Amino acid sequence: MKKTLLTLMAMAAMSATALAAEIKPALVYGTGGKFDKSFNEAAYGGAEKFKEETGVEYRDFEPTSDTQGEQAIRNFASRGYNPVVAVSFAWTSAMEKVAAEFPDTKFVIVDAVVDLPNVRSVVYKEEEGSYLVGLLAGMASETGKVGFVGGMDIPLIRKFGCGYVQGVKAANPDAEVFQNMVGTTGAAWNDPVRAGELTKNQIDQGADVIYAAAGASGLGVLQTAADNDKLGIGVDSNQNHLHPGDVLTSMVKRVDLAVYNAFKDTQGDAFTAGVQSLGVEQDGVTYAVDENNKELITPEMQAAAEKAKADIIAGTVKVHDYMSDNSCPN
Amino acid sequence: MENFDILVSILGSTVRLSIPLLFTALAGLFSERAGIFDIGLEGKMLAAAFASAVAAYLTGSAWLGLLAGIAISILFSLVHGFASITNRGNQIVSGVALNFVAIGLTVVLGQAWFGQGGRTPQVSGEGRFSPIILPGADAMRDVPIIGPLYANVISGNNILTYMAFLAVPLAWWVLFRTRFGLRLRAVGENPGAVDTAGISVTWMRYRAVIVAGFLCGFSGTYLAIAQSAAFINNMSAGKGYIALAALIFAKWRPVPVMFACLLFGFLDAIANFMQGKSVPLIGEVPVQIFQALPYILTCVLLAGFIGVARAPKAGGVPYVKER
Repeated sequence: MKKTLLTLMAMAAMSATALAAEIKPALVYGTGGKFDKSFNEAAYGGAEKFKEETGVEYRDFEPTSDTQGEQAIRNFASRGYNPVVAVSFAWTSAMEKVAAEFPDTKFVIVDAVVDLPNVRSVVYKEEEGSYLVGLLAGMASETGKVGFVGGMDIPLIRKFGCGYVQGVKAANPDAEVFQNMVGTTGAAWNDPVRAGELTKNQIDQGADVIYAAAGASGLGVLQTAADNDKLGIGVDSNQNHLHPGDVLTSMVKRVDLAVYNAFKDTQGDAFTAGVQSLGVEQDGVTYAVDENNKELITPEMQAAAEKAKADIIAGTVKVHDYMSDNSCPN
Repeated sequence: MENFDILVSILGSTVRLSIPLLFTALAGLFSERAGIFDIGLEGKMLAAAFASAVAAYLTGSAWLGLLAGIAISILFSLVHGFASITNRGNQIVSGVALNFVAIGLTVVLGQAWFGQGGRTPQVSGEGRFSPIILPGADAMRDVPIIGPLYANVISGNNILTYMAFLAVPLAWWVLFRTRFGLRLRAVGENPGAVDTAGISVTWMRYRAVIVAGFLCGFSGTYLAIAQSAAFINNMSAGKGYIALAALIFAKWRPVPVMFACLLFGFLDAIANFMQGKSVPLIGEVPVQIFQALPYILTCVLLAGFIGVARAPKAGGVPYVKER
């Protein structure tokens, strides 16, 4: 009897620890690929950090086409993975479908909002981060002309461009901003040749700082800018190291935090559904300064950017969000 | 003057965008003139881009990258040849299969070797073909009209660009002024006659696809380590098909091939340039119109509106010796 009790207790204790530690997190990337040195790589970074800290293994999947996302999410959910994190707006409808089918699984979607009781939607105030890098671009530009190269032509990317324009104008009201999009399909995230060509066009028109918000296509933008001795601005991850001295700064979007927090909260049983909107105030978006670009960012520029940050947090500077009314004031 | 600067910029862009098309279309020219349809141009270009990026990264030499690109591209050609010449398989099926092999294999190998989602690491310096400034380009810059044209369109390209334009007269000379070219064209029109003359149709066609592979090696290399600085998944992005369209549009002749490629490159450059700009009276033109134009023009041509495009007579037909 005593023995059975002990065994029972032991089993209970084991299952209790098992519950706390044994989560099976899964991560579905966007179609740009895991190592795009940008958006998806940031997500990967967050997952790796969690793995390093807790020793909990996670599974991930790199969809190569828009149709694979739903399969991947459903696959993970049906095999008992929890939480299932999907990064990219492209999985919105997939998430709506699958999350409804698995009400006991916790889901997280990044860059889109899915209104279900078991889904956490993490969105970023990209316009604020883009405003900051726009401000820096406006100050760094000698010609008074700067460029923006977006990936796929969607409201989310226009939001980057719109925030950037506002930042540039804040630094230099007379500045001219050229805006281009690589394409209108998912392939636009993976076309550095066209992105580079668009960048060259902008440089020919006089632009000397070009902001890339185009996933892996952005590599072509930074490359072309570096080849022509102009400045590029990276996006999502810190891309300053790609061409040291030729990347002015990067608009860092902390996708890693979203993934890390999703895993961590589920493990600690602190998962909350609903919308999380991360801006400058929450350190969800910021501009990057490191040893690769500290020569390029003058103390005045840094001071101006820090002031803008404080103003945004204080609410004295309001950066217009393109997606709120699908238009840009400028 | 401002408009002129824009024109110069677009022309420079045209040249850069035309080069991969030009190499690939010339490759298709040799293959198809010998009677071997080559849908696999896209795959060969992609495989060559991957091979050259890997070799350039490992050795730090753009020229070794080019060699590797050519070698892989020729290998693909030989597989195509083995399937469609030796084994008399369907040339279209073989070409399409090679395209799929190239798309899949490059990503799988790239992921296995470098773990960057199929991309290869960036190459720089000697590992790339950098722009060459022709003598006097800077001095000429201030000369009106021809100055900017010389400095920004003719000068400032990489060596592969000049090779591409040299390849055009060379291809013409080989095809129309040498015995090899005569036989090659004959094999594509009437292989029976060539066979009667005691020339091996099989060997002739093999040599044609090897030349095609050789030229595709250049276009892939151009994409990976001249225009970009690394291989990226599916970076050929349909250029092989556009080149094929250019080849048909040019009615399988070398010099018109060059103009067709320049035209298609120009349309692409315009599409890039026109984005988000509004044209007086018309308003904003969707760039997709320009991107679709190469295909539309080719369809119009094939429908018989711009002269007649007659393919080599024996194209796509495996040669069977009479018994």
